[in-house]
Amino acid sequence: MNMRFYRTTMKEEGNSANRPSNTAFTQQRLPAWQPMLSAGVVIPGFLLIGLAFIGIGVGLLITSRSIQVLELDYTGTETSSPCYQCTMSNQSNCVCKLSFSIGTLFKGPVFFYYGLTNYFQNQRKYGVSKDFNQLIGDVSYFKSPSSDCQPYQRVNGKPIVPCGAIANSMFNDTFKLYQIINGKEELVPFDGKGIAWWTDYNIKYRNPDYTPLKNAFNDTEKPVFWTKPAYELDTSDASNNGFINQDFLVWMRRAALPNFRKLYRRITEGNYKDGLPAGNYSLEISYNYPVISFEGTKKVTFSNVSWMGGQNEFLGIAYLVIGSMCVVMSVVMLIVYAKFRFPEED
Amino acid sequence: MDFSRLRRIITRYCVGEENWVGNRTVHIGHKEPPSCAEAYMPQDYPDNRIVSSKYTFWNFIPKNLFEQFRRIANFYFLVIFLIQVSFLFTFEASGYEDWLRHKADCSLNECPVDVVEQGKVVRTQSHKLRVGDIVMVREDETFPCDLILLSSSRYDGTCFVTTTSLDGESSHKTYYAVPDTMAFRTEQEVDSLHATIECEQPQPDLYKFVGRVDIYKDKQEPVVRTLGAENLLLRGATLKNTGHIYAVAVYTGMETKMALNYQSKSQKRSAVEKSMNAFLVVYLCILISKALINTVLKYAWQWSPDRDEPWYNHRTEIERQRHMVIRAFTDFLAFMVLFNYIIPVSMYVTVEMQKFLGSYFIAWDEEMFDEELGQGAQVNTSDLNEELGQVEYVFTDKTGTLTENNMEFIECCVDGNVYIPHAICNGQILSAASSIDMIDSSPGGYRRVNLFFRALCLCHTVQVKEEETVESIKRGIHQGKSTSFYISSSPDEVALVEGMKRLGYTYLRLKDNYMEILNKDDEIERFELLHVLNFDSVRRRMSVIVRSSSGEYLLFCKGADSSIFPRVVSGKVEQVKARVEQNAVEGLRTLCVAYRRLSESEYLEASHRLTEAKIALQDREQRLAQTYDIIEREFVLLGATAVEDRLQEKAADTIESLHKAGMKVWVLTGDKMETAAATCYASKLFRRSTQILELTKKRTEEQSLHDVLFDLNRTVLRQRSISGYGLSRCLSVDCLDFGLIIDGATLSGVLKPSQDSAGHGNYREIFLEICRNCSAVLCCRMAPLQKAQIVKLIKSSKEHPITLAIGDGANDVSMILEAHVGIGIMGKEGRQAARNSDYAIPKFKHLKKMLLVHGHYYYIRIAELVQYFFYKNVCFIFPQFLYQFFCGFSQQPLYDTAYLTLYNISFTSLPILLYSLVEQHITMETLKREPSLYRDIAKNALLRWPAFLYWTCLGVFDAVIFFFGAYFLFDNTTFTSNGQMFGNWTFGTLVFTVLVFTVTLKLALDTHHWTWINHFVIWGSLLFYVIFSLLWGGIIWPFLNYQRMYYVFMQMLSSGPAWLSIILLITVSLLPDVIKKVLCRAVCPTATEVFTKTINTFSFFPSLITFFHSPVPYCGALHHLHAFSVLQQNEFLIGPQRRGRSRKRR
Repeated sequence: MNMRFYRTTMKEEGNSANRPSNTAFTQQRLPAWQPMLSAGVVIPGFLLIGLAFIGIGVGLLITSRSIQVLELDYTGTETSSPCYQCTMSNQSNCVCKLSFSIGTLFKGPVFFYYGLTNYFQNQRKYGVSKDFNQLIGDVSYFKSPSSDCQPYQRVNGKPIVPCGAIANSMFNDTFKLYQIINGKEELVPFDGKGIAWWTDYNIKYRNPDYTPLKNAFNDTEKPVFWTKPAYELDTSDASNNGFINQDFLVWMRRAALPNFRKLYRRITEGNYKDGLPAGNYSLEISYNYPVISFEGTKKVTFSNVSWMGGQNEFLGIAYLVIGSMCVVMSVVMLIVYAKFRFPEED
Repeated sequence: MDFSRLRRIITRYCVGEENWVGNRTVHIGHKEPPSCAEAYMPQDYPDNRIVSSKYTFWNFIPKNLFEQFRRIANFYFLVIFLIQVSFLFTFEASGYEDWLRHKADCSLNECPVDVVEQGKVVRTQSHKLRVGDIVMVREDETFPCDLILLSSSRYDGTCFVTTTSLDGESSHKTYYAVPDTMAFRTEQEVDSLHATIECEQPQPDLYKFVGRVDIYKDKQEPVVRTLGAENLLLRGATLKNTGHIYAVAVYTGMETKMALNYQSKSQKRSAVEKSMNAFLVVYLCILISKALINTVLKYAWQWSPDRDEPWYNHRTEIERQRHMVIRAFTDFLAFMVLFNYIIPVSMYVTVEMQKFLGSYFIAWDEEMFDEELGQGAQVNTSDLNEELGQVEYVFTDKTGTLTENNMEFIECCVDGNVYIPHAICNGQILSAASSIDMIDSSPGGYRRVNLFFRALCLCHTVQVKEEETVESIKRGIHQGKSTSFYISSSPDEVALVEGMKRLGYTYLRLKDNYMEILNKDDEIERFELLHVLNFDSVRRRMSVIVRSSSGEYLLFCKGADSSIFPRVVSGKVEQVKARVEQNAVEGLRTLCVAYRRLSESEYLEASHRLTEAKIALQDREQRLAQTYDIIEREFVLLGATAVEDRLQEKAADTIESLHKAGMKVWVLTGDKMETAAATCYASKLFRRSTQILELTKKRTEEQSLHDVLFDLNRTVLRQRSISGYGLSRCLSVDCLDFGLIIDGATLSGVLKPSQDSAGHGNYREIFLEICRNCSAVLCCRMAPLQKAQIVKLIKSSKEHPITLAIGDGANDVSMILEAHVGIGIMGKEGRQAARNSDYAIPKFKHLKKMLLVHGHYYYIRIAELVQYFFYKNVCFIFPQFLYQFFCGFSQQPLYDTAYLTLYNISFTSLPILLYSLVEQHITMETLKREPSLYRDIAKNALLRWPAFLYWTCLGVFDAVIFFFGAYFLFDNTTFTSNGQMFGNWTFGTLVFTVLVFTVTLKLALDTHHWTWINHFVIWGSLLFYVIFSLLWGGIIWPFLNYQRMYYVFMQMLSSGPAWLSIILLITVSLLPDVIKKVLCRAVCPTATEVFTKTINTFSFFPSLITFFHSPVPYCGALHHLHAFSVLQQNEFLIGPQRRGRSRKRR
């Protein structure tokens, strides 16, 4: 090869004006690695991948199985349900109590979620119905909310803050958990900190720079379905008030699917630091949020988490299935190759 | 589409039909004729501006848009988004090329010209020339428009011109001034001329011109002179060996013959592009049906009002009042917008770029560079690169394409005795039989020999060129002492005159109409040249009438045997005929020579007829032909000559490769059957085992065409039924195959639409059926138009095969234009073929690499490109479609806007573009060595519906995996260890991440040739995606009024299950393709796969062994040893038989 090029270049000094340049690229002779999916690579490869996947799958499944989950539906569609009466009456602040018992220690930290089904937080119109500029505390947008917020932009001519469908439809059931010890109800303390994303709480959402916060909201209306304005979401804690109220932030992060769960509280304090001990419990629900009209359900979930999050058998099973399929395929391929007498060695 | 136009061009080029389109009158120097019988009608002629560019400033946008809309895709683009960025590239490319053309035009139009005005020479710009202007042109200048020669600085009123740039003939042609004006010497004299020219309206035929000049002198009756092509100087030609000339402009600007020959070629579209369009239609249907399904489902689902308008998501009043139909329609449109990414808009840009950039590899290829010409391959159309990998029929010209077109005089035969000139014993007569015998035995013999040599010395149009110029060195052969060359438009003539010289008769020159010959005894003989009856391809002969010094009138004629023998009345016809046939079988080009003695009265009559015919203004050609026919008869046969045209280097090897690659090679030639057949044998088109079927005039004279056709068809079919079905059986060389020889006359019989369609049916079909079963076909005695007809016939046969035409001469232009791919050879017969071709190569042998390597590569590259684009867009959009089922059909996009936009533009664009530029699924050497691999991609194999369906299904499968993988992962659970939940954007980002990785890795799996470029773009674009996502989510972007992606990507990466599921989903998506590949390779490997396999396994292991066994295993040796062992192994694989052959070739 080298010889040839040498010769031609020697010969061609004269009319080399048109001569194409002789580089590896122009001659399409760049050095290249030419891998091939040959049996020698693929069969062991499949076997290895398969075994690795089975390993991961087993690990995941075991982890997932070790996670405890307790789910309680409190929609109250059935008459037997303690919250049935709340669905009937139109009263605000309807309170119902859900009793349940835990057989063994529910290892902590326990996470307390509320869940909704058939609720389309991922509707396009719903999703855009907010004004980001309001939510970073820009007061100028308090007076003229984005038109995206319609029909939750203004009420009685006054601008709504925070405007839009998402904020307006904020989940407003509240929960109190009691452990029944010797017939006495003992309140299980809830921790409401850090339930929203750190970045949402610290960076993405901001309250306007007003003290008291209430002044920023002059001449504005609270969202129509809200019982109290934004600046009164948590009057006890200024760092959990207004737009950086953790419950608000959790709600504002739209769920991906119509059946979703959102973190409500953590149980990390006091006697319940190590989890919920076995025993009887009663959950006091102030039932406000209507879901019957769109055939939704409401539930609460107690769950603890591992390194891989909450209980999800899907991942483990999928790994197991794919891993075993890989192993099976490697065997099939081996048979095929044996049957076709390893054509590459003929 | 543009067939009618094409046909028109072809007829114009080839048949030379005489279209009398009316006359034009040119007033020389813009002076009106004095006695105006008819009123002077100022005619409107265009100025001398040349516009070769397609677009002008103002029509660029609409015209280009129209061109673009011929593609369905582009029309769609306009409908969906009026202003699409993707137009820009194609737009700019064609715009740029056109701008260059504009610039070239400008410089051409502004070049200075000397015009005679009021007796003075005035310098003006070329585009200001008007019809009727008198122009002065100096030596080596190019004529600015078509001119009628008035006078020249040479005293005989002639001038020499080379038309290299027009038809490629570099010989000097002589043009003649009008006799009455040739005496003009000065501008004043020329300006005093008072005359009008009447001539035909502009026509594109370069060699035809009919006109008349009326010269008014002192109020007498005007003198009428005829004008012919010999008076017309064509724009683009160059004045040579003449000081200056005066001439009058008759055709200007776009009406010049050169401009009329600038037919903008109709766009050829490749099969791949057609598949692309078909796929696009399918995808458009998918898009529309997706949108429709979603719209319908949306309204079905929303039937209950609480779903339609749940309390948490009310509509505005305006929306509520909107009519249901309007709402549904807007929903439909919204879905269209949401899913429109499924149409791979960027594919068109990428394909365009790939073709444009990819074509450079052809031009850059050093192996296709010809040292002699100093030129490499040329790409005139980059649109057809991939078509080179799809060729099924190759139509090749013989002379100059298969052969060198470098003639050498071999022998002549006078009365059955053979004379062979020998270079060493110059002038000696070496006879096969004893020549002395013959001279003694027959009394007329000696005289005939002498006449024969004189005939060859006189009957030609060769010119003697005295001094050396660079061009003539190539053409002329050095003349020993004097520096004179023979130049002629026909290489045969030069070879003959050269041969005569070696036999002792030297043609010296033509001086004052006297041809001078130096005979064997070193005496100069002078013959007065009275008439030249020029060669034409219909008569296939030429004649001269001369008067010898003794006052005899002689007519010498030379021409093809078929056109001479019927006109011969005496002479040793049988012997000569036998020799001619023998020579033809050996592949020599033969010509017969005959003469006729004319009495004075006969001469005068002939002369009168000729002059009359030449003067004729109407039907001149026809009348000339008639006259020639009358004069050229009653010949006495003198003998025949044989000239060899050697085969081009590696022509046989190339043809053999093309055969093995499954292509059918047809030779279309104007040459005679025996010669052409011999060339075919020499070039291995016909092998010894080939059974030759003849479909020639000779046979059809005996039997009717109908019977012959049916006979042949039966033979072919019988053979096929014996050897079973399928082509595969014919892979072995020994398999009996057929070769067909057909001649022009029979072909026109076959192609003629049959009169009684009910009776014999269509010959065409039978003919095609026969051809289909022949591996090689030779068509001889073809007119240029017939060449194109054959190509068209095959093209339009029911399989619609892809055809390629290759040729070097102007007579091949028609078939080059007609075939799917036209290849021109930059040959001796000029550049016309190369100019009209899609690709031009220096030599026939380069066709092998062009098709087998470049064509193959381009095809697999573009096929992958097209399929991959559709695949990746299905993967991209199908999850979004599925998501609609889970978001209440609300057109919620799954991915963030930035991802939607950048997916095709930056995340997945470069790897496939670079793949489609540098991929080599198998090495060049293997492709060249194993032409049969070409069969793997025949018939658009990688872009047929099953392949398309496979890719689409793979895309859908992958999309389902992405979406439901993420769905089940997100199903009602958290996957962070702090219990926080993820939202919809995390969901989309997860799907998108898996998507980008899968799609890129899928390409990586398909890449067989990992150069650093591939590594760079594949890993680079993945890295770019990650970096972009980190950046996009890492900052609160001040210009955005939403920050939905803020920290989404980081949050996702912070969770273990997300990583695990990404790995899992990528693996699952890629698995089926890997399994399919591996299984297919094992169960039904393609030829290509078999070859990669053998090479890889065999080269890898032994080289390792050799490496470890070598005594000094230092690094440098590794490469060497490796290469060596590959060689050895390949030799071993190919087997002893092949090895023997390749050694011989070396």
